[in-house]
Amino acid sequence: MKQTWKLKIWRGIIIATVGLYLLVPLIAMLDFSTKPFVLGMNSRTLESWKVIPAQPDLALAIGRSLITALIVMLLILFLIVPTAIWVHLKLPSLRRPFELLCLLPLAIPAIVLVVGVSPLYRWISINLTESPITLSGVYSMLILPYTYRSLSAALDAVDIHTLAEAATTLGATVSRVIFGIIMPTIRTGIINGSFIAIALVLGEYTISNILNYKTFQVVIAQIGRSNGNVAVAVSLASLLFVLFLLLLIPNKKRQGAILDVDIA
Amino acid sequence: MNPSAYVQLVDLAKYFGKVKALDGLSLDIAEGELVALLGPSGCGKTTALRALAGLQELDRGQMIVDGKDVTFQRANNRGMGMVFQAYSLFPHMTARENVEYGLKLRAHKTAGEKRKARSAELLELVGLSTHANHYPHQLSGGQQQRIALARALAISPKVLLLDEPLSALDAKVRTQLREEIRRIQVELGTTTLFVTHDQEEALGIADRVGVMRNGQLEQIAAPAQLYDRPKTAFVAEFVGLTNPIAGKVNGGSIEVLGGVVKTLPGSITSGSGIALVRPESIDVVASKSGNATIISASFLGATCRLNISMRDGSHVTSQLPSPDAVGLDAGMSVKVSLLDIPVFVKAAG
Repeated sequence: MKQTWKLKIWRGIIIATVGLYLLVPLIAMLDFSTKPFVLGMNSRTLESWKVIPAQPDLALAIGRSLITALIVMLLILFLIVPTAIWVHLKLPSLRRPFELLCLLPLAIPAIVLVVGVSPLYRWISINLTESPITLSGVYSMLILPYTYRSLSAALDAVDIHTLAEAATTLGATVSRVIFGIIMPTIRTGIINGSFIAIALVLGEYTISNILNYKTFQVVIAQIGRSNGNVAVAVSLASLLFVLFLLLLIPNKKRQGAILDVDIA
Repeated sequence: MNPSAYVQLVDLAKYFGKVKALDGLSLDIAEGELVALLGPSGCGKTTALRALAGLQELDRGQMIVDGKDVTFQRANNRGMGMVFQAYSLFPHMTARENVEYGLKLRAHKTAGEKRKARSAELLELVGLSTHANHYPHQLSGGQQQRIALARALAISPKVLLLDEPLSALDAKVRTQLREEIRRIQVELGTTTLFVTHDQEEALGIADRVGVMRNGQLEQIAAPAQLYDRPKTAFVAEFVGLTNPIAGKVNGGSIEVLGGVVKTLPGSITSGSGIALVRPESIDVVASKSGNATIISASFLGATCRLNISMRDGSHVTSQLPSPDAVGLDAGMSVKVSLLDIPVFVKAAG
């Protein structure tokens, strides 16, 4: 009895500490964003929140960033996930090189990456389109370390070889095996990986700024230069939005077949 | 080769580097027959099964099923039903959905209603109708393998392939499920190839048992024949227990333990040899002037196993019906002789 009490107290202390650590910056942001613009005024104001919709480029930037995130997610689902499954299933000898390749974006600083891809993007913006949505290409590279890790862990947790062979003997084609059997099986890993990727895409600043694309974060930074309070309000709003997205990650017990698609 | 056989495997070969997984395996299976492939690990039995399923490419050979050459047919078109050693149910589908999966892929042939009826029928057959809506993680190992069996049978496979389906289960469930597999197989008349390293399993349910070694078929015969009349020393020693007893071979018989017994075909025909004698072929009677001493006796129910030290220092194991072993105890002097049952004799040394 005494033991469980002690344990409970410890648990409470730890949770409270972590909670404070996470909450204090958010509260500070809220505090700052509701401070009056004019010196000498004491009352709180929601002025910075109210002017958010009026910010030039903001709505457009949010829309573009969301579309970019969506494209990245589709690339994950239909390119990265099937590739990871294929490598695990059929090309085990390529696993190590593939893993290394996926970790490279972590080792290369974003600024170096930009120098590398900027000639390509210059060509794209001159010859194809100036839309920031083209950033989804470089982003889907940037998210590889995180997405691949969670996919790899999910693939290692189940005997995908036997599942694939069982489905094959029952008459399934390769695409059915990948999309109908293995992807639903590692659903949780895919969803976790995708949400981390989305959070990363929505929060990316360096590359888009240097390549001179007006994404969400770039616009926030611009606003911050002219009005700090509004920038913080927008940042807080975006943080809460991403938090909301992360809360959507289903827990393992839920059995809904979110990705139970058949493409064959 | 019997050209009328339902399944014909002809001269199958598969080499992994220097390892000969299959080295000229030929095997016929009649329609409705259950053939077990038995052998130590690495003997190629699983490779043979996987080749027939289409999951393993071969370096050489031909496979004919129901008069059709399937050697180069893709695994997903072969119509083989397979049950794996590892649990292989699709974790995101219920038991019923698992059973229906193969039928769904043949959607143009099997309408929804028909499919439902078929899956219900198969769940009934494996005795798990009440678990139709359970997910695999809610089922025990034995239940999962039953569903896997139902799933494999749902597509009315040309051949049912069982790849050590019982080895992950505990002893009691294993025996039970083994009997059940045999019951279902006989009931449906499905031609079946069963791979196992457990001889009790193979001898217990197969019509014929093939013993494999180094990628080749050593001998294939009905269980009793395999046990009583092994054609090679390997089969004699691998299937069941044997006592190696030295003796002198003369033509078709061997002089051993003071008596003479016939030798099986394939034995050596002259010189000194080693008879491979089954424990139940060794007779033991109490005798003060005997040629051996009992070291230990263990009661096994219907039979009694005696561990015996011979006067020359060698050891033999005898298994007697329990009534015949009454009064035989450790330390007793006994006379050991062979019953008049043919034995296999290999060359000494």
